Amino acid sequence: MTSAAAGPDAAAPPHRGRRRPRWGDRLLRAYTWLVLAWLLAPVAVMIAFGFNDTRSKSNVSWQGFTTRWWGRLGDYPDLTAAVVNSLEIAAIATVVATALGTGMGVALGRYRFRGQGGTDLMMFAAISAPEIVMGASLLSLFVSLGVPTGFGTIVLAHVLFSVSFVAVTVRARVAGMDPAVEEAARDLGASAWAAFWRVTFPMILPGVLAGALLAFALSIDDFVITQFTGGATVTFPLWIYGAVRIGVPPQVNVLGTIIFGIGVLVAVLNAVAGRRRRG
Amino acid sequence: MTDIQQDMAAAEAGDPAAAPVPAIELAGVVKEYHARGEVVPAVRGVDLSIAEGEFFALLGPSGCGKTTTMRMVAGFEDPTRGTVRLHGRDVTAVPPNRRDVNMVFQSYALFPHMNVWDNVAFGLRRRGLPREEVRRRVAETLEIVDLAGRERRRPRELSGGQQQRVALARALANRPRALLLDEPLGALDLKLRQAMQGELKRIQREVGITFVHVTHDQGEALAMSDRIAVMNDGRIEQLGPPREVYERPATRFVAGFIGTSNLLAGTVAEVVGDLAVLRAGEDGRVLLPAGDHLRPGGPVEITVRPEKISIETVEPVPGVSAVRGTVTDASYLGTANSYLVRLPEGTEFTVFEQNVHDSGLTARRGDTVWLSWQPQHSYAIGSRTPS
Repeated sequence: MTSAAAGPDAAAPPHRGRRRPRWGDRLLRAYTWLVLAWLLAPVAVMIAFGFNDTRSKSNVSWQGFTTRWWGRLGDYPDLTAAVVNSLEIAAIATVVATALGTGMGVALGRYRFRGQGGTDLMMFAAISAPEIVMGASLLSLFVSLGVPTGFGTIVLAHVLFSVSFVAVTVRARVAGMDPAVEEAARDLGASAWAAFWRVTFPMILPGVLAGALLAFALSIDDFVITQFTGGATVTFPLWIYGAVRIGVPPQVNVLGTIIFGIGVLVAVLNAVAGRRRRG
Repeated sequence: MTDIQQDMAAAEAGDPAAAPVPAIELAGVVKEYHARGEVVPAVRGVDLSIAEGEFFALLGPSGCGKTTTMRMVAGFEDPTRGTVRLHGRDVTAVPPNRRDVNMVFQSYALFPHMNVWDNVAFGLRRRGLPREEVRRRVAETLEIVDLAGRERRRPRELSGGQQQRVALARALANRPRALLLDEPLGALDLKLRQAMQGELKRIQREVGITFVHVTHDQGEALAMSDRIAVMNDGRIEQLGPPREVYERPATRFVAGFIGTSNLLAGTVAEVVGDLAVLRAGEDGRVLLPAGDHLRPGGPVEITVRPEKISIETVEPVPGVSAVRGTVTDASYLGTANSYLVRLPEGTEFTVFEQNVHDSGLTARRGDTVWLSWQPQHSYAIGSRTPS
């Protein structure tokens, strides 16, 4: 009995190189594709309906293919204004949040100082606080201080919630850096300022860029906090929300496709640059 | 020193009457850290004077304060008390970028985003040297460390030994008054480490700069340095040339840290001529040169190196130290035999015997043997007889 059971195994040639895919492998492959489909289906639908030849105000059922909406992007001047608002806010908030967050990240990653634990706690509170809470409390803060809500308060709010994300990404990068490298720069005659810009900054640049991208992405599609702090200023997400009741025009899908396309492009560029950096 | 050399050194110091000014001078340097309300001393008072062109080693176990001492010379740590002088100039409050010394870091700390050439040129460019001069000096320094032809490589494309030489070149290119090396060979494997020891000596001779070398490896310190400062617990235990530190350890710590030492405590039985005699067991004796401090009845602790001791089965001739013991372990090590011998009062001696006979081991475990050595190889610890 035992010899019979051992027989086929012993006789089988040892597997070398590629072995036959087993059930587990197939399952894993199927699962991977399923997750990708789940993630990308909404995006695919958004892109598709930017090419929908719809006649009515609603853009929910497929009517045929057309590229006409791409030529008529500017049909709604208030939509164009909202997109411009969003881009301006995102650009300013990204620059400010990246500058502040980089400083915070370097300080937290490199130095030990009084109040470090508190700063850590505040950062994570800002990251984990529900947006609705932050939006509502910011609105009551602005109202009680008598600050008129609008473009400026949106920028302030966006800087506030994205600065922690920048700080966390930069800190991770700084923590992985040998502190002796900056000392070496000082030792070789660089002032503290020169050592930072010539050595530390180029080394943490990938972290700074990742933080900036995160800040931009968070800002451009924020709805909840912008709704509370925006006053009469309308951004791209707010405009779409307002248009839902009367029907979202296909131009929104087209703009969404463009923003998604830029995002993909940046991600690809980053990957290529990363590969080149590693040689 | 010849008259001419002395004149030159004095002229450099700017005072014709003065002795040559040391390259590096530490006076009463103390470094304390504050952690959770407690004062933690790292360096407890170091006085040190390193001469121009010297190859100097700071040797000690980890945590002894040697790296902190070096970092105070470089300017990365501020002394709590005391003064640091470079070529006579007080630099205690001068930031590292304005001190005329350069450091080779243990981790090399090369700039990963720059190629070899830019790494080496970094210091020269910071000092604003003309482009032609930078180019010339980088090429020259890369030649010295044998890295010519690898200018365009990034640090991560180089082997550990090559990275080490880039770090060395980056510091040397500035022609500092002194070069500080923090465990420079610590990250290399044994073969490469031995090769680099010779290489560092050669480079130091070639450029003629003062080298200060921090290490926990006694073999490295003995092989490379003109003088060694042995540090322990924030203090210098002994300072002297390798031979003196090895042959005449000033303290128990130095005796134990550098090489293997056999320690024996006893009382002086008598002083005969210029030799003091200690009794060891029933028929054993230890002879050592009698200094002023050795008197009959006085306590003394002696150390003797394992390779100075002969192991024999017959009683040695008079006029040498001779103690009887039992072999507790005997091992064949290739170039030498090593024995552990228990003396009557319980202390164990380590003995090395060069493998010159083809008879194998002189004694086996359990054998009773005689250990003997010359009087001048017994060295009383805590006393410093002039060498």
